[in-house]
Amino acid sequence: MDFSLSEEQRMLKDTVERLVRETYDFEKRQKIAASEEGFSRDVWGQLAELGMLGVPFAEEFGGLGSGGVDLMILGEAMGRGLVVEPYLSTVVLGGGLIDLLGSAEQKESLLNAVVGGETLLAFAHGEPDSRYEPAHVRCKAEKTGGGWTLTGRKSVVLNGAAADQLIVSARISGGHDDEDGIGLFLVGKDAANLKVHGTPGIDGTHVAEIALDGVEVGADAVLGTPGACFAAIEEVMARAIVMLAGEAVGAMEVAVETTVEYLKTRKQFGKALSQFQVLQHRAVDMRISLEQAKSLAVLAAARLGEPRAVREMAISAAKAGIGQHARIVGELAIQLHGGIGMTWEVPVAHYAKRLVMIDHLFGDTDHHLERFAALSDAAA
Amino acid sequence: MDLNFTPEELAFREEVRTFLKSKLPDDIRAKIKGGKRLVKDDYFRWHKALSEQGWLGSNWPTEYGGPGWDPVRKHIFEEECYAYGAPRILPFGVNMVAPVIMKFGNQAQKDYYLPRILDLTDWWCQGYSEPGSGSDLASLRTSAVREGDHYIINGQKTWTTLGQHADMIFCLVRTNPDAAKPQEGISFILVDMNTPGVTVRPIILLEGEHEVNEVWFDNVKVPAENLVGEENKGWTYAKYLLTHERTGIANVGSSKAALLHLKAIARDQVKNGRPLIEDPLFRNRIAKVEIDLMAHEMTNLRVLAEVQSGGAPGLESSILKIRGTEIRQEITDLARRAIGPYAMPFQSEALDEGFNGEPVGPDYAAPIAQQYFNMRKLSIYGGSNEIQKNIIAKAGLGL
Ligand SMILES: Cc1cc2nc3c(=O)[nH]c(=O)nc-3n(C[C@H](O)[C@H](O)[C@H](O)COP(=O)(O)OP(=O)(O)OC[C@H]3O[C@@H](n4cnc5c(N)ncnc54)[C@H](O)[C@@H]3O)c2cc1C
Repeated sequence: MDFSLSEEQRMLKDTVERLVRETYDFEKRQKIAASEEGFSRDVWGQLAELGMLGVPFAEEFGGLGSGGVDLMILGEAMGRGLVVEPYLSTVVLGGGLIDLLGSAEQKESLLNAVVGGETLLAFAHGEPDSRYEPAHVRCKAEKTGGGWTLTGRKSVVLNGAAADQLIVSARISGGHDDEDGIGLFLVGKDAANLKVHGTPGIDGTHVAEIALDGVEVGADAVLGTPGACFAAIEEVMARAIVMLAGEAVGAMEVAVETTVEYLKTRKQFGKALSQFQVLQHRAVDMRISLEQAKSLAVLAAARLGEPRAVREMAISAAKAGIGQHARIVGELAIQLHGGIGMTWEVPVAHYAKRLVMIDHLFGDTDHHLERFAALSDAAA
Repeated sequence: MDLNFTPEELAFREEVRTFLKSKLPDDIRAKIKGGKRLVKDDYFRWHKALSEQGWLGSNWPTEYGGPGWDPVRKHIFEEECYAYGAPRILPFGVNMVAPVIMKFGNQAQKDYYLPRILDLTDWWCQGYSEPGSGSDLASLRTSAVREGDHYIINGQKTWTTLGQHADMIFCLVRTNPDAAKPQEGISFILVDMNTPGVTVRPIILLEGEHEVNEVWFDNVKVPAENLVGEENKGWTYAKYLLTHERTGIANVGSSKAALLHLKAIARDQVKNGRPLIEDPLFRNRIAKVEIDLMAHEMTNLRVLAEVQSGGAPGLESSILKIRGTEIRQEITDLARRAIGPYAMPFQSEALDEGFNGEPVGPDYAAPIAQQYFNMRKLSIYGGSNEIQKNIIAKAGLGL
């Protein structure tokens, strides 16, 4: 067994960590998060320049052709800086789907534009009543003329308002929660009958509600084989969860470091808080959670390239576990800071918010506990 | 043993219900039920309705205008208020400073301040905490120096809840910096917020709301008659206030109302094609907190019965504080899980009355995540839960 990073992975880690450290201080992050678009074109440009937007793709698209560990590394660095740039939506989800399903022309035009930082993507998949169920798609795709007409609603779409192109999942056949019968379609942001309503998220990211009221797209907008897209959807979600697990670990590291530092400096009753044993133990609980989360993230990252049955158990284990550990770390970080931890002005509160909100993306603890149990049954 | 309420108590419950139905303004109730933001006038109108009924000072003895309720009636009253959707009663005037004035104030102070609290002429806020003095309140540094018939106050208070609305603040100040122990040399003083040199600055909490403030004192000249009791004896009064403050400490009424709301959400949300409330995992989570709340309510009632028959609660009130806040927090955690992905959108403007923008998600979703984060305060303020455990260990168990 070998837990060490390869030379390339170490370089990737150094590059992205330096970028975050040097250009993404907390104040700047807050400004970026509060901006209309919810991210910075400058930072995005820098990420593109450093080759970060191509990481998961093949070399011909300027990528490293790399897998889970790289995504985890990127996530960790971004978690440390609470980076809100649309990496998950554009590169991991959107780019990932094009990478897996796109035609040669689609890859040529879109992947290059994504890697170059010119095009932003969003994956419009969740629906108002789908909760976290990835097969649940009611949005309808009907064949009309040479193309398709899309009708339905999509909800809590990451960076949906900033995207130039949406990748919309829609049902072609089957019941609303069948894995078969789902198609994926590219929809430009200026499409007629498309309404995108963006809002900030409570953790500083941005999401959108989307209404498709008979949006017409041509045959060239179809991604992959209509009706047979579920496996790719599941796979990009697995990648997203690996990155998110890394992000949670990065954010937890900072939350633990900041809290430990605070306990050492804050004095009450003439002593540093760090001298109260009960607080030491609670800090230790945070540290234990961080370690567990890290292990689950590593496991999921390393299993990303394995066959579905193996991969998905690690993915659900990571997401279920991290949901619980991130809550422990987030809540204790606030509690141990006392009143100051409750304020907008201190970074640790925003780390706590992101940590808790990570549970609401791609399935929460309960969703993945159940899924893990089912996968485990099936494997037995 | 009989765990049922007496016929008189049940009749009292009906009386409270009837009052709420006719006197709590509908718009305020709608705001509470919808998790909307309250403005000062909402609190004011509700307090006014209570005041006119003679029910505002529910802890007050009848000689000062209280209704003369026993602890069980106070409990029933609180529970009904939350169940119906009334705002919480702001404690700073009626339940905090008033008991101190009654017990330690002079006649002039009683005659002047108590009626003004009851008829809402003065809104109060609490100036205890300072940036360097939270859990260790006795280390406070804001100074009050006697000059003729005035005190000159300098320093900074913080975390002052709703100080932006207040007319008066009751403060702990240091009058003797050379006292042998930090607890000595502290005085309890009443300050008009409109005095020159008082500055209130907002602190925005992590969920984006303005609820607390910094209050700065820059050579603030306060008449010496605003001192309550004796100089340098403020710590005794402060402790009296903290131990006297029992209303709502257990959070039973608000937790019950929040649990009902949680169940309503879980009935509406769908998981795997069925109502979330039928999901085995989520069901168990709700059941667990409901049982915790039942145990907690019984503890509260046992303590109340004890108080009713003349006993004084010791470690029990710390237990009530800890469990009450943990349970309340757990319910808000389940609520944020219940709304699933819709916990994410941050729609601050949707909390305003009359918001007519585009709603995102189900109508109950907007305030849920914000409430979850805001409720983290419960285990920090009012003597943090760690401090309560220290108290139980030391005073309760003799450890
Ligand atoms: C929303 C909100 C509203 C508030 N409203 C008011 C108000 O209106 N008026 C007012 O005067 N104050 C108010 N407070 C202040 C509140 O009472 C203090 O925040 C509280 O006393 C804790 O103090 P602190 O924030 O300085 O934390 P600290 O005392 O610095 O504590 C930090 C952490 O250390 C722990 N800790 C400290 N000492 C010990 C110990 N000896 N053993 C074990 N653990 C310990 C605490 O439990 C906490 O987890 C409010 C606070 C909040 C968050």
